[in-house]
Amino acid sequence: MVLTRTFDEKAVALQRTGRLGTYASSLGQEAVAIGVASAMRPEDVLLPSFREQGAQIWRGVALKEALLYWGGDERGSAFKEQKEDFPVCVPVGTQFPHAAGVAAAFQSRNEKRVAVAVGGDGATSKGDFYEALNVAGAWKLPAVFIINNNQWAISVPRSAQTAAETLAQKAIAAGMPGAQVDGNDVIAVRDAASRAIERARDGGGPSLVEAVSYRLSDHTTADDARRYRDEKEVSAHWKEDPVARLRTYLVSQNAWSKSDEETLIGECVQAVGAAVDEYLSAGVANVGDIFDYLYARCPPDLAHQRDEAVAFARESDDG
Amino acid sequence: MGEITLVEAVRLALARAMEEDPHVIVLGEDVGADGGVFRATEGLLQRFGNMRVRDTPLSESAIAGVCVGLAAQGFRPVGEIQFMGFIYPAVDQIVSHASRLRNRTRGRLACPMVLRAPYGGGIHAPEHHSESTEAIFAHVPGLKVVIPSSPSRAYGLLLAAIRDPDPVVFLEPKRIYRAFKEDFADDGSALDLGRCFTLREGDDLTYVTWGAMIMETLAAADDLAEDGIRAEVIDVATLKPLDADTILRSVDKTGRLVIVHEAPLTGGFGAEISARVAEGALASLLAPVRRVTGYDTVMPLPKMEHHYMPSKVRILKAARETMEYA
Ligand SMILES: Cc1ncc(C[n+]2csc(CCOP(=O)(O)OP(=O)(O)O)c2C)c(N)n1
Ligand SMILES: [Mg+2]
Repeated sequence: MVLTRTFDEKAVALQRTGRLGTYASSLGQEAVAIGVASAMRPEDVLLPSFREQGAQIWRGVALKEALLYWGGDERGSAFKEQKEDFPVCVPVGTQFPHAAGVAAAFQSRNEKRVAVAVGGDGATSKGDFYEALNVAGAWKLPAVFIINNNQWAISVPRSAQTAAETLAQKAIAAGMPGAQVDGNDVIAVRDAASRAIERARDGGGPSLVEAVSYRLSDHTTADDARRYRDEKEVSAHWKEDPVARLRTYLVSQNAWSKSDEETLIGECVQAVGAAVDEYLSAGVANVGDIFDYLYARCPPDLAHQRDEAVAFARESDDG
Repeated sequence: MGEITLVEAVRLALARAMEEDPHVIVLGEDVGADGGVFRATEGLLQRFGNMRVRDTPLSESAIAGVCVGLAAQGFRPVGEIQFMGFIYPAVDQIVSHASRLRNRTRGRLACPMVLRAPYGGGIHAPEHHSESTEAIFAHVPGLKVVIPSSPSRAYGLLLAAIRDPDPVVFLEPKRIYRAFKEDFADDGSALDLGRCFTLREGDDLTYVTWGAMIMETLAAADDLAEDGIRAEVIDVATLKPLDADTILRSVDKTGRLVIVHEAPLTGGFGAEISARVAEGALASLLAPVRRVTGYDTVMPLPKMEHHYMPSKVRILKAARETMEYA
């Protein structure tokens, strides 16, 4: 959680200084990402939205890769360590049906693995969300759908998104269990996610977990939430800061000291700093890359265009 | 003194249309308090209230489908799709319903709706925020497809689209939302849909383009002029219904045609224009038709985006090669 927060802070700073593209911080929602990712086994598959960098990092996506992606470089999704997880999903809610497909593959091969998709409260308004839940329920797939309910979808508050009392209850119509959990309590999130994931692994079918958290940051670096959201509401939610809550709990259990804290922060800052250095010195890919990964083999018709693009880049000294 | 940007022109046209006609309503994601992510609807909520400026849930299919229902009931809905890359969930509603409602009820019901969406690349936006897929919509019978390329044309064409009795997909080139300003009277005058705009006259060569690519194309025409080559520059503006006459007449005059668009080559709307010219002005051609377009690749992320976008250099090169034919 601290690493995620350190990473988010740095990413926002890089964007502000023109060294990263538009970025969606997960400030205040770290417990959702980490609670879920820590409940998964390595062989499970994660299908994240664009705000679950914490879960991605936990599961082996390199900090440098995350920076590359948000810096506008496709190489950032060519994960070196993490082989099967899906890349960031930008079109809201479209990752949910993929999770059903991944889960169908596990089911077909009789594997005890689980597909875990994470999306936002806004994403639960999408047809893709309902369609994915429905097929997962109908086929009793080993899939878990996690909703990071950060209570805002850009400027649209949760109350305007749906008249449903909870998002968890959207599971009922698909014939699966739905649970609501305190998304600012990493232990609770991990517990709820573990139950759902282990149930799916044991053949019990899919389920939905709504983790209620709060978006403490702007929607992205391109957004200014003061246009539509009362600052007082934000300050009030800082009281539920999941990182502070975990720290308080650990301290009360005599399991955490000031020096632990300092060491941890030092390590996180160091790791993020090193990743930033790697990212900034990664250079740019060759122009041919925009053609080379489109198909298994570049068709001759496209190869002509590739040649032209390479020639233009060379002429403009930019290849 | 140019005062109005393209995005402001959109807002002025929306406000004007809402003022004139109580049936005009605006709906979409974040169009209310936020004023739209590009601020195209800023201030409308305060002015017209939340029955006429509606924030929708995050559901593009619902946005388009609700527009169909409203339009059938005599409203003039203007739906906003936040970025063109997110229009695809709405395609079923657009293709299977909006475009066909009049025809399949033999005119009993109609669909006078507008779907607006910012489109196009070159602003270093995240994945799925930069594509140009206008040809998909131009292919659909019953739809009109309009792309303004300046503030005054955005104003006049959007008013026309809203007043039009049929569904219009209105694509706004976001790269030039704030690129330059123009002065014009906010007097509610619409421009004609279905008409190309000749931005510059010339006898030697015809450039045909639309959207943000008018910038590079006009710049290329400037360079050609320095060499004494006078290029005519046509902004298509309404892809469908296409004003082929203006293009054919120009090609009859110049004998040389270079089509420029940001969208990929294969099946891009340039192919349609090229075919029209082959059918209607072949005898006038002095050189093969050229297309300068995006490549047949996925729109690259920002670091490689400039390789994809047709540059002035490419647009110039095509023109010069075209001029080499005697
Ligand atoms: C299909 C689609 N429509 C619109 C957008 C633009 N958009 C990006 S994020 C977002 C809000 C998402 O809200 P939510 O699902 O609650 O996730 P959060 O951003 O709060 O994490 C919108 C409208 C998009 N990316 N995809
Ligand atoms: Mg949200």
